[in-house]
Amino acid sequence: MKLTPEQVDHIATLSRLSLTDEERTRFAEQLSSILEYVDLLSKVDTADVEPMQHSIALMNVFGADEPAPVDEATRLALLSLFPEREGDLLKVKAVFS
Amino acid sequence: MDLSRATLTEVVAGFGKQQFSSREVVDACLAVAEKNEKGTHAYVQLFADEARRAADEADTRRRFSLSKSPLDGVPVAVKDNMLLIGSRTTAGSNIIKNYESPYDATVVKRLREAGAIFLGKTNLDEFAMGSSTETSCHGPTRNPWDLRKIPGGSSGGSAVAVAEGSATIALGSDTGGSIRQPAAMCGVVGLKPTYGRVSRYGLMAMASSLDQIGPVARCVEDTALLLHAIEGRDPMDSTSVELLEGWSLPTAWPESLKGLRVGMPKEYFVSGMDPDVESSVRAAVKVLEGLGAEIKEVSLPNAGHALAVYYVLMPSEVSANLARFDGIRYGVRKMGDSLEGTYRKSRGEGFGREVRRRIMLGTYALSSGYYDAYYLKALKVRRLIAQDFSNAFQDVDCIVTPTSPMVAWDVGEKTDDPLSMYLADIYTVSVNVAGLPAISVPCGLSNGLPVGLQLIGKHFDEKTILTAAKAYETAAGHRATMRPPSA
Repeated sequence: MKLTPEQVDHIATLSRLSLTDEERTRFAEQLSSILEYVDLLSKVDTADVEPMQHSIALMNVFGADEPAPVDEATRLALLSLFPEREGDLLKVKAVFS
Repeated sequence: MDLSRATLTEVVAGFGKQQFSSREVVDACLAVAEKNEKGTHAYVQLFADEARRAADEADTRRRFSLSKSPLDGVPVAVKDNMLLIGSRTTAGSNIIKNYESPYDATVVKRLREAGAIFLGKTNLDEFAMGSSTETSCHGPTRNPWDLRKIPGGSSGGSAVAVAEGSATIALGSDTGGSIRQPAAMCGVVGLKPTYGRVSRYGLMAMASSLDQIGPVARCVEDTALLLHAIEGRDPMDSTSVELLEGWSLPTAWPESLKGLRVGMPKEYFVSGMDPDVESSVRAAVKVLEGLGAEIKEVSLPNAGHALAVYYVLMPSEVSANLARFDGIRYGVRKMGDSLEGTYRKSRGEGFGREVRRRIMLGTYALSSGYYDAYYLKALKVRRLIAQDFSNAFQDVDCIVTPTSPMVAWDVGEKTDDPLSMYLADIYTVSVNVAGLPAISVPCGLSNGLPVGLQLIGKHFDEKTILTAAKAYETAAGHRATMRPPSA
């Protein structure tokens, strides 16, 4: 399956990535060759086979429903990672315009 | 004794007999790390002063018989995708180049509590995506056996540190072979534990259903010691499991492998393998046989599908996991003219090419209209692959394969051809797909470059592969020759 540059643009939009023109052409080629390779799966008979998300049979692992406060040093370390802040608040661009 | 070359087992014994101090071992490792900074470039950060101070403290504790554990004072290197307080954790990516670790990964916390000394953070492919340690924002790492060659990847820095003597032991992470393949290419031992054996808390997630942290070391016994220090259930990782008694690691190391049934998958020993790799691996199988193991042919009929399954599932999980890097809460923020513009610019400029390729591949495989054909299909074939292993393990106790079909290639050789790079993972990815444990142990040299032997075990049966690998290592006697010429 050969991806067109338009499809690559669409995938880049879904992925929230910006691409240069040169990358658009190159990625179309490289992604196509990978998709062509993985297409061999379409020939495998998987009728009656259940999908397997996880290799270890674990289900519904519950934690205690209790608040676990973070210590002050960790809180400050996390705040200091904000790219932009006002006091203890994270500054972002408007979500709704 | 050259302390930069000592095994963990020797270091622990030497501390016990007061033959040398932690400070001496740390100094020996740091000297190698500093000498090779521009050569192999195993480390992206070194904590020389802190490590020396911590070593002195460990030595003081030992003098007063207050050591925290046998690992107290042992120098360890940590792959730069695991959080370690007091260090940046960059995952080799520009998007989080200045990210200061806000807490310790569970494996780091456990080693810290055991008194281990952190020498530094080791280089990797960006977000652990690669087989060559060339895509890091810090520049490539090179193989100490030949600086023109790649060290394997993605835990290339950790494997090089152990191979060259700039750390006694190291932590790596393995999603499709990222511990075993660089260990093989650098002539050291690397183990990927069973999925769920080691906590992933504080490891930057690549593909959550495949990732495991594991040890890199100079000998088999060392990997067992390090694994023992980091394994076990952690409430912070809901996929880590309580270890049963029967799953414990070996404490004795029998020389004979009498009674052990070793499977050779017929699908793996056909074509595509470098002839030197094949002959080294076949010679290793003869050694196992000489030790009393029974060699049996087994069949993994879906082996040929494993790489395709991996290259659908892994990018799909990558695309979800890396959605968090959006320039909002941490990392590099590049302002666009809208919120979406900020996302696209931050991610487009912050992520390197291979990371973006995989995000896009995964996004495509999960997108409306393609989900069933790619993602769901791969999940079904995943079950077939896991069933193949279960069937084979009815007849054998472990499975032997090469770790990599080839030895280390030239730096730059495959960077523009992702598919040919992916093909290097052909023997390692199915282990992650099925969640099994596997170890790579050196089994010879081809044109002066190390070859690795892979032993795959049943779920949580690390004991069998460690026992077999150790008996092989002793009988084959490669350790004496596994020293890079430049080290």
